Amino acid sequence: MKISEKDVAYVADLAHLELTPEERVRFLRDLNSILDYVDRLNELDTANVQPMAQMTALGGDATTLREDILEGLRKSLPHDVALANAPDADGTFFRVPKVIER
Amino acid sequence: MDPQPLTIDATRAAIQERRTTAFALAEEFYLRIEKQDPLIGAYLTLSKERALAKAAEIDALAAKGEQLPPLGGVPVAIKDVIVTRGVRTTAGSKILGNYIPPYDCTAVARMESAGAVVLGKLNCDEFAMGSSNENSAWRPVRNPRDLSRVPGGSSGGSAAAVAANMAVATLGSDTGGSIRQPASFCGVVGLMPTYGRVSRYGLIAFASSLDRIGPLAKTVTDAALVLRTIAGRDPMDSTSADVPVPDYVAELEKPVQGLKLGVPKEYFGEGLDGEVRKAVEAAIQKLAKSGCEIVPISLPHTKYAIPTYYIVATAEASSNLARFDGVRYGFRAADARSLSEMYRRSRDQGFGAEVKRRIMLGTYALSAGYYDAYYLKAQKVRTLLAQDFALAFEKVDAIVTPTSPTPAFKLGEKVDDPLAMYLADIFTVTADLAGIPGISVPCGETKEKLPIGLQILGKHFDEATILRVGHACEQS
Repeated sequence: MKISEKDVAYVADLAHLELTPEERVRFLRDLNSILDYVDRLNELDTANVQPMAQMTALGGDATTLREDILEGLRKSLPHDVALANAPDADGTFFRVPKVIER
Repeated sequence: MDPQPLTIDATRAAIQERRTTAFALAEEFYLRIEKQDPLIGAYLTLSKERALAKAAEIDALAAKGEQLPPLGGVPVAIKDVIVTRGVRTTAGSKILGNYIPPYDCTAVARMESAGAVVLGKLNCDEFAMGSSNENSAWRPVRNPRDLSRVPGGSSGGSAAAVAANMAVATLGSDTGGSIRQPASFCGVVGLMPTYGRVSRYGLIAFASSLDRIGPLAKTVTDAALVLRTIAGRDPMDSTSADVPVPDYVAELEKPVQGLKLGVPKEYFGEGLDGEVRKAVEAAIQKLAKSGCEIVPISLPHTKYAIPTYYIVATAEASSNLARFDGVRYGFRAADARSLSEMYRRSRDQGFGAEVKRRIMLGTYALSAGYYDAYYLKAQKVRTLLAQDFALAFEKVDAIVTPTSPTPAFKLGEKVDDPLAMYLADIFTVTADLAGIPGISVPCGETKEKLPIGLQILGKHFDEATILRVGHACEQS
């Protein structure tokens, strides 16, 4: 077993997931089985292999720089449009629960 | 109207020649959707107002006798991971259940500028994570060819809608096989373009170094037409390539004679269904008869593709999906007492099991102490996989393989075994990892009448050649 219950709790915390007790049991099993399978990558000696860092270098052109346009490529969304999908907004700002926990 | 399934050119011509109107055609498609889709489940949202307005615009052009644009009046539909302004876009997830995008994806805008009538949004696995469409938060899609079977995934709705003639062509997205595998399962054509060929602006991100938008259609010509429409540099996506877009349709007319087609032995080994093997080998024989030279090749790192993919894709996904926090858009859990509790509960209740599983795996692979062992290792193996293809393409013009090791499987067959589900992508993930284009074209059926797909992989930005080979396969 590569991953323990403690690891599952730690990773869930990093990922901002709570997970039910059932999910924790299930993911413990699934992640271990997937990582066991991933282990076959260690059959390969990659000491002298460069990691693939970017896709566009393969044929596209990532080096083109665009003009630095003051207003950006697209106008910013109007305030009301930007807030339209928010679960909670007061017309000016997104509203969230208390940030400081005491 | 002709009851036969229409191609893009036939549709446009019928409207141009006033044998029908774009408006009547759109209504006809909506009627068919109303009748058939309750059984299939391809559509999540219909965009009738937008579609009929566009249709009326095309009809006005036709009435004036003006030349219609290439997709003039053609009913199309869009996978729900692709945003559409003013039309609900959920990515197959509850976390975006009420999301109304304030902008259009570039590919959709280009389709509409070319005259396409967007009928609605298509079901898919949640955030495009799945190979059977059973991970949709809304409902599974059923394969129109056999309702007890899956349509493949994640673009299951996109493939099923074309197969059931509920759209003439559709857009899907491919991260590990999500266009080609469902195309193969449903008996339609599915094209994944080169990374950078089509702008990803407006594609809800799953794994940014892998994600591509591409067409699903009834014919290779239609796929070429849609690709010609959506391809090309877009300033809104800095990874979209500034590489000239050829006339893919005109290129189809070139003969395939003399083309060298590589057949990688690794794709014909253990686990390949006997009937699939037979159909694919027969298709290759036909291509040989058309004058292609068949060259046995080896892509030695193929067996490492799935483990590489599930590290790279989940790592990127864990980062991309961090944006779903219940603040700016999307679902927010009620009654949280603090900000961090609100994040956790919103994500817990908003994401489905497979999405959480992948976020967990990806977060783990990127976490301190494991980054080198998993993520860095996978990125190195990815280089080896890309080199396999680079070496092969020194000898051949394209590579032909089965698209999927099996035909469409039954609903429920693999839902409890994530690894078995991941292996459904074994022949498709390699091209995603290497950034090269691939197409799946129908090449036969099993005894049970289930479609089988031939996959053709090409060099970077050489969609023209794989389309040409696919076209030849279709004609033979």
